[in-house]
Amino acid sequence: MMLKELAEAFGPSGNEKEVRAVLRGAVEGHVEQMWVDSLGSLHAVKKGTSSSGMRVLLTAHMDEVGLMVIGHDEKGGLRVRTIGGIDERVLAGKAVWVGSERIPGVIGLKPIHLLEKKERSEVTPLRQLVIDIGAEGKEEARRLAPVGTTAVFATPFRELGTAVMGKAFDDRAGCAVLAELLRGEPFRHTLHAVFTVQEEVGLRGARVAAYAAEPECAFVLEGTIADDLPREKEGSPTSELGKGPVITVMDRSFTAHRGLLRLIVAAAEEAGIPYQFKQPGIGGTDAGAIHAARSGVPSAAVAVPCRYIHGPACLLQWSDLEHTAQLMRETLTRLTRRALRRD
Amino acid sequence: MKKTIERLTQAFGPSGFEERIRALIRDEIAGLADEVRVTPLGSLVATRRGSGSGKRLMLAAHMDEIGVMVTYVDEKGFLRFTGIGGLFPGYCLGARVVFENGTVGVIDVEGKFDRRSKMPGLEDLYIDVGARSRADCPVRVGDAGGFVGPFVDRGQHLIAKTMDDRIGCAVLIEVMRRLQETPHEVHVVFSSQEETTLSGAQTAAFEIDPDIGIAVDVTGTGDRPESRPVAVELGKGPAVKVQDAWMVAHPRVRELLVAAAEAAGVPYQMEVMEMGTTDAATVQTVRAGVPSGCLSIPCRYIHSPNELVDVGDVEGAVRVLLELLRREV
Amino acid sequence: METIPLLKQLSETRGLAGAEGPIREAVRSLWSPLVDEVREDGLGNLIALRHGSGPAPRPRLMLAAHMDEIGLRVSGIEKGFLRVTAVGGSDLRVLPGALVVVHGQRDLPGVIGMRPPHVTPADERDKAIPWDELFVDVGLPEDQVRAQVRVGDPISFERELVELKNGLVAGKALDNRASAAALTLALEQLARTRHAWDIVAVATVQEEVGLYGAITSAYGVAPTLALAVDVTFADQSNYSDEHTFAIGKGPAIAIGPNFHPHIVERLKKTADALEIPYHIEPTPGRSGTDAWAIQVSREGVPTGLLSIPVRYMHQPVEVVAARDVERTARLMAAFAAELEPAYRPAWEDEA
Repeated sequence: MMLKELAEAFGPSGNEKEVRAVLRGAVEGHVEQMWVDSLGSLHAVKKGTSSSGMRVLLTAHMDEVGLMVIGHDEKGGLRVRTIGGIDERVLAGKAVWVGSERIPGVIGLKPIHLLEKKERSEVTPLRQLVIDIGAEGKEEARRLAPVGTTAVFATPFRELGTAVMGKAFDDRAGCAVLAELLRGEPFRHTLHAVFTVQEEVGLRGARVAAYAAEPECAFVLEGTIADDLPREKEGSPTSELGKGPVITVMDRSFTAHRGLLRLIVAAAEEAGIPYQFKQPGIGGTDAGAIHAARSGVPSAAVAVPCRYIHGPACLLQWSDLEHTAQLMRETLTRLTRRALRRD
Repeated sequence: MKKTIERLTQAFGPSGFEERIRALIRDEIAGLADEVRVTPLGSLVATRRGSGSGKRLMLAAHMDEIGVMVTYVDEKGFLRFTGIGGLFPGYCLGARVVFENGTVGVIDVEGKFDRRSKMPGLEDLYIDVGARSRADCPVRVGDAGGFVGPFVDRGQHLIAKTMDDRIGCAVLIEVMRRLQETPHEVHVVFSSQEETTLSGAQTAAFEIDPDIGIAVDVTGTGDRPESRPVAVELGKGPAVKVQDAWMVAHPRVRELLVAAAEAAGVPYQMEVMEMGTTDAATVQTVRAGVPSGCLSIPCRYIHSPNELVDVGDVEGAVRVLLELLRREV
Repeated sequence: METIPLLKQLSETRGLAGAEGPIREAVRSLWSPLVDEVREDGLGNLIALRHGSGPAPRPRLMLAAHMDEIGLRVSGIEKGFLRVTAVGGSDLRVLPGALVVVHGQRDLPGVIGMRPPHVTPADERDKAIPWDELFVDVGLPEDQVRAQVRVGDPISFERELVELKNGLVAGKALDNRASAAALTLALEQLARTRHAWDIVAVATVQEEVGLYGAITSAYGVAPTLALAVDVTFADQSNYSDEHTFAIGKGPAIAIGPNFHPHIVERLKKTADALEIPYHIEPTPGRSGTDAWAIQVSREGVPTGLLSIPVRYMHQPVEVVAARDVERTARLMAAFAAELEPAYRPAWEDEA
């Protein structure tokens, strides 16, 4: 699966062009129709083999969290705000790529030698952080990175044994799974795939895509939180690496359709695919926008567990990625309209 | 009507898990509608065609209740949970919950938590279902439960869990029972998922495309010891909503409700709610807009296992809606 | 039309979110002679259509400016004093001593009372007075108050427009009446210009409480492309940083995920050609304007945003530069007039 190329592509919310180009190339020839909608989401329709097949919406979002240049200081530094939710504390001491030309930049703090003792554990707020691209003054900074320029973490993709590391696995992992499904054999059902834009700033692309697609049901593919680190107090890890695709029962944005949930679990058990339930009540996905489109869309969300999302370097297990694609294939194969019936 | 209220409040139905309450309501309205169907997100819609000379009205009460969802089962079989809808930790402490499979649990706070000086958060609470280990725990991550709150008839007052919003459902069912002639095409929506996303009513409204939307829900009162200043009081009649946190009621719908109350001789109150909202908020912004409002039942202890309403306010709401449906709009 | 008298009329007319009646009528009177059709939708949005000269079927440009203002609402009556709650983001800090009008059975002037400094404990003086301790006093005995005022009645701020130096004016509700003025002036210019596209000017309602008018009007109008006009933060002597813009130096053109990059480019090119100065407003997420709602209507609408710099936003002393209103109007009108019949914003890599 093509995770490396996707993860390394530059694509903060609102600027998904490069990711779109990679996906277009990957999916061309495997689908009957492709187009870009008014917000920039890439739609691809893979016709089903059965005339009575369902119309199924499958989404994965192309955008990643990042930074936007909002001003320049006298010494050539770029002042920034976050695009999407980033914990400010992960920005310190990191390298970024500024703009689609990927001008290298770094975010550095006041040196430790010069700090008062109590300052050593203080967090430097976002409004005091600057990106240094080596510009000599305000004019050069402005010319190279005008207000509005976006930046992403500069993290190359790397293999670490059974795991891989890179940026933007939320949700390039989901994009990789969706691309894989489109590149495979057709299903009975027609797949209306949308690689959505702007999920990180409010589920924006998904909302209009679902309105346009008018599907009978929808599956959202994500890269989700795995918080399976050692901790003092016993508690839920949200999801765990190596335990298979993560199925959402309920999060802050929607509750999964119970019939689809049963279908996914049955598919996993019959095909012997490991699976886990995401800790309920955490986060939100494009399903939040999709399920409420028009007269309502029965929806489910399936995700690859990833550590350290929304930070410079995420980690996932290759087996989880493959199991997620496999689970989706098995689910789509078993899907019938009966799964959507409510008494 | 009290028997109906009792049955409705005691039925199981947290947001997204409304199968049982939906089946119960379906039984209660048998024979009272020209058409009954279920929407893709699980709302129950009952349609009365009317004589056809009026408008298309949507009346909505939500059938889902707040609840708990298991997030983690620890080694000893104790459960950690998240809220389905808005849970106030203060009302959870010491409460009983019941899960879909009948398992009863008790909620308490971690031993080390200093409960004498501060309020716990949901993350400090746990549920005890009597299991001895993870392996013999009868519930799993993702299972849903609701409060246990038996129905008590105190004559003028009724106490039970989930008056929010089974009392609204009861009002609409009673309206359907007593409704004779109406010029309007009336769609009564028992909506799903109001407590979490308001999506049940929103999507039903998209499908129905009504001319006017009216929600029937509960609202808080300002008549308890050291209450925050809220004008609505128990026993002073149903309340006509002016605004809440997510909507400004359409003035013409407000006026319709006021005129109906005055014509029916029902005392009523005007309501301004600082926090919270109802299905009417999402109905109002569906498609090109649906003028919407809300008739509220004053209720004490909302989102606790012991919600309390006044039967006079409830009967008043029924009469206001019947009067509204009788008239041209 | 003269800009300052127009600003005066629009600023001083009442129009609380959810109770926009008077401002709607004022805008209707101003726009009717400039457009072909005017209608009002279910929520009270005012929708005015100018037919374009291009061949049918013509694409539609929506120009949206919200006409509602923030204010207060009666939440309780105690001993003849009125308790209040906010309608929209009213700033608690400016309420003590503010002059208001209570819209009960008739309009009643009042003041938001506070205890005088002599009797306020010293340790309370550096905290804003909480909502629960603010009351509106209309100076009438309790029985008359109860006869004329009800829980739920709206309350507006009272302020006549004040002319400051250098073409600056101060008043209430310049958020967003300054934009409504700009849109009015733009329509005036478009009435004298050929434009190929149909232009739908919308004075939206309830922006301040949740963009509700934009959501519903965009669905009803189903535009091909939309421009919203709102206000943004201007440099103040007591506050300025990357989020504020110099006043009197033109409107801000917003960039970010909420806005189609082609529309941003066209606005910049048009402004440059007309020598209209402008700022660039970086917007990494929610713009907090009607544009946010319009962009995700139906299958999506390519959207842009022009913002007029305003000082002291959400206080009844907002300050705007008349020339910024005029520049915004000229830019909007030129942008609209230049839209070619076949133009559609696209993404460069579209097939």
